[in-house]
Amino acid sequence: MLPIIFVLPLLQLIILSNAATFEVKNIKFGYIDNDQSSTSRALIEKFNASTYFDVLTDFSSEAFSNAAMLKGEVDVVVEIPRYFERDLQKEKHINLGVTINAIDGAAAGVENVYITQIVQDFNQHLKVDLMQISDKQVQPINIETIPLFWYNETLNYKTFMVPGILVLLVTMITLFLSGMNIVREKEIGTLEQINVTPIKKSQFIIGKLFPFWVIGMGLLTIGLIIAKIIFDVPMVGSLALMYFYTSIYILVILGIGLFISNFTDTQQQAMFIAWFFMVIFILMSGLFTPIESMPKWAQIITEFNPIKYFVEVMRMVMLKGSGFMDILPQLLKTLLYALVMNGLAVWSYKKTT
Amino acid sequence: MSISVSNISKSYKDVKALQNISFEVNEGELFGLIGPDGAGKTTLFRILTTLLFADEGSATVADYNVVADYKKIRNNVGYMPGKFSLYQDLTVEENLSFFATIFGTTIEENYDLIKEIYLQIEPFKNRRAGKLSGGMKQKLALCCALIHKPKVLFLDEPTTGVDPVSRKEFWEMLKRLQQKGITILVSTPYMDEAELCDRIALLQDGKILEIDTPQAIINHYPKPIFNVGANNMYQLINSLNDYEYNHSVYPFGEFVHYTDNRSDFDPKTLKDYLESKNLTDVVIEKTVATIEDTFMELAKPSFSKTSEHNVK
Repeated sequence: MLPIIFVLPLLQLIILSNAATFEVKNIKFGYIDNDQSSTSRALIEKFNASTYFDVLTDFSSEAFSNAAMLKGEVDVVVEIPRYFERDLQKEKHINLGVTINAIDGAAAGVENVYITQIVQDFNQHLKVDLMQISDKQVQPINIETIPLFWYNETLNYKTFMVPGILVLLVTMITLFLSGMNIVREKEIGTLEQINVTPIKKSQFIIGKLFPFWVIGMGLLTIGLIIAKIIFDVPMVGSLALMYFYTSIYILVILGIGLFISNFTDTQQQAMFIAWFFMVIFILMSGLFTPIESMPKWAQIITEFNPIKYFVEVMRMVMLKGSGFMDILPQLLKTLLYALVMNGLAVWSYKKTT
Repeated sequence: MSISVSNISKSYKDVKALQNISFEVNEGELFGLIGPDGAGKTTLFRILTTLLFADEGSATVADYNVVADYKKIRNNVGYMPGKFSLYQDLTVEENLSFFATIFGTTIEENYDLIKEIYLQIEPFKNRRAGKLSGGMKQKLALCCALIHKPKVLFLDEPTTGVDPVSRKEFWEMLKRLQQKGITILVSTPYMDEAELCDRIALLQDGKILEIDTPQAIINHYPKPIFNVGANNMYQLINSLNDYEYNHSVYPFGEFVHYTDNRSDFDPKTLKDYLESKNLTDVVIEKTVATIEDTFMELAKPSFSKTSEHNVK
């Protein structure tokens, strides 16, 4: 059992951190060039040069491109209108048709951003090329933004995914193990034997919790080592602070697990309930979708999501180097949560049936 | 008085598991609860071991009330549930020291009490409890229930699913424990084991049919009882059931236990009747009643099949 507990989550960490990226690559790109001019070819060449797009096909008409889109052969089709070059020079304005397969909404959004960037870049150079000497006086002043990505300069998604996924693994393992725990003793019947002994409720609960607390901390350690060695995630903040926060956080999860265990009769029931909470906690943790973009009511619910705080704290401490005072709000909320959940777990565990 | 139960009732929704049960067990007594599955034996055990609250009535164990002084009871009783419920992935020795620790004692402290039993499983002390044979498991469970030197020992169907040799050994162990002054309340569905108890209570459908010593209960059997044998068992039972004067007919090993409802019963007439039914090798001999016969007799009204024959 112990190898399973450790090896599988770490495999997950390695696989998920490499796979769960928000970058969209290898976009299947098609175009309809109705102009066949040097400018239109230059635009296509821009897409071709980009590493994100696989320039695939030149469609002769919209009918062919639509059919290809339906079959899933292309993700993006750019239609260059007739007289593209002439109108650009004469009227300095032209519309470009872009069709994106939006079955995967998130990917479509990203693809749109890429296309816009390429077209804008093309536009910038075009202006210089097309500009006449006489135009120089009326040249518009462009406002250019130069973003700086603090705490993750290259926007490396692994840098922020690895702490998040590490959080998930620690949470999942400890929640499932503790959730199945007492209910397993109920199933086997050992609980009945324990219940007729003079052991105190709190002693029993602590005895049940402690091994999983140790396993949780062990998982964190191995996860951090992998994060450093394989993913080279920066660890700016204090390791001690991370461990301190995690030690309290695991108590919350164990409390929830035991609480579930007390209210179920079979491991199946416990597993199902643990999954239910796990899925909600993960999807509402801010790990995959920002909490800021959730509706107001959902944002209120996330206040009760322990994973949210853990993700926040891990990212803050690892990437930003936040100190004790910075994570104090999260720490206090987690501590309160831990006290409430474990209080409920002890209270709901009855030695009589 | 070691165990005192008065007017205990317990229902699960519509099922009345126990109805107005009262009995007393003296100190150092080996008391048996005899009854078929579903008679309410386990429910009674769970009430007495403070795992379950009774709906009505009160009970004391080792002079402690099962509701008010449950903590003291847990320190003073040993309980062996019907289902093997030790930690299967701990070894024999680990299980024993685990339970000793929970009760705040050590194996050494009460070793003399469990010594005889433990010596039999000691060769396997490093084996996991889950890998033991049925008889071994029972011995280990008994050791664990005894490790804190309880005043009262509760054994819920300890010999169910155990081979005959181990069963016999187990009862010998109980007798020895009894000599050490431990009160033992044991339940069993096996009638032959009932005769090994000091006193027994016959339990059925949550009601006590009778409480007495096994011998007294046998003596209560109202009629002379006969062993009837013939060449064809099945036909014999059918013929006896059809016989107009039968009182009870129960297969019992290679014979059928038969009682007649006539006061001047002559075995000869029965023999003639059976031979007229084409049965050969008919043997009819007087025998002594067993607990089982008595139980069947007492439980009779609810076994309507045979009583219907009597009405005819």
